[in-house]
Amino acid sequence: MKKYIQITFVLGIFAVFVLLRQFKGSDENPVTPISQQNSNSTSRTTQTSSNSSQNIYKDGTYTGIVADAFYGNLQVQAVIQGGRLSDIVFLEYPNDNPTSRSINQQASVLLKEEAIRAQNSQVDIVTGASDSSRAFQQSLASALAQAK
Amino acid sequence: MLKKTAEIMGMPVTIVIAEENVKEEDIIKAFTYLHHIDDVFSLYKKNSEMSKINRKEIHEEDISKEVKKVFNLAEKTKHQTNGYFDITQQNGKKDPSGIVKGYAIHQCAVLLKRKYKNFFIEIAGDIELVGLNNSAKWKVGIENPFNRKEIIKVLFLSNKGVATSGTYIRGLHIYNPVTQKKADTIASVTVVGENAYEADRFATAIFAMGENGINFLEKQKNLEGYIVKKNKSAIMTKGFEKYTHV
Repeated sequence: MKKYIQITFVLGIFAVFVLLRQFKGSDENPVTPISQQNSNSTSRTTQTSSNSSQNIYKDGTYTGIVADAFYGNLQVQAVIQGGRLSDIVFLEYPNDNPTSRSINQQASVLLKEEAIRAQNSQVDIVTGASDSSRAFQQSLASALAQAK
Repeated sequence: MLKKTAEIMGMPVTIVIAEENVKEEDIIKAFTYLHHIDDVFSLYKKNSEMSKINRKEIHEEDISKEVKKVFNLAEKTKHQTNGYFDITQQNGKKDPSGIVKGYAIHQCAVLLKRKYKNFFIEIAGDIELVGLNNSAKWKVGIENPFNRKEIIKVLFLSNKGVATSGTYIRGLHIYNPVTQKKADTIASVTVVGENAYEADRFATAIFAMGENGINFLEKQKNLEGYIVKKNKSAIMTKGFEKYTHV
């Protein structure tokens, strides 16, 4: 029972967050639909103009695929209102797994911690999370593909 | 030195070969291989072997060697993680995308190694680095998850794979209702492994685990990691520091 309260709470926070982001509109990094011309699992995100009069998606609720977040499954539901993504509901989240939780509760070993600082050196290549939270994107992309 | 980029599987791909007399066609062949991987494994292509398997249009005995190999790797990963990694979804369909990218980079590297000793292959921030760049180790920058124009760490790598996983919803905080603490305190995790396949599959896992994923990493042989927390501090495994020196 506790588990369900916990999940509901998390979903609520997500929903409120997403809604706030949508209403703010001018935010630097709003939650915006996955690139619509390419629903590939790994497509990069694009920002759609909040002033856009064009409705990209059909109103309704769409359920995405269960994506493998490696440490458990992740599945989202996209709610489209007024042609725009108005809410993302997490139906499954990796923490919703008793074994994941027990691993997450393992005591932390003492490791070196430092403040991050920008470096000025030249590098050959950069590693970054360009298609990060893949499972989230995958599930959302498949939900939005249905909303077109 | 020859550098070429392409867009494959909806992702930017870069190959740099740090040698003289590099044949452009060899890089083109590598790109062709990656297109082939996409054609076989993409769940977004209706005619991919993977899609056909999920629609049960291909019987188990007719599955290609390549797909069987990836299924076996997935099975091995499932075992290594005590069942946490599972490409089989609740609906019975298989989604191997969690390991295909790292696998593709590594296979591409194996292909190029037949002719070259010094190169790297990068797909959307995940990299396999082979040999050296002008007699020096390859310099890999870790992107600042809070400002993607910045680099916050420089790694010196040779014959290694590196992958980073991070959050896409910026500024998002989930509170654990039991402890009242922020549940998602991680901004990004960078994993260095023996190759891109090892680095990629574990980077994804560690990010999902959160801050304590560092403990999981610490226990793995041949894997080191650097986790950037949302409070703008970073924590690293004991063996990670050696990669930060020339």
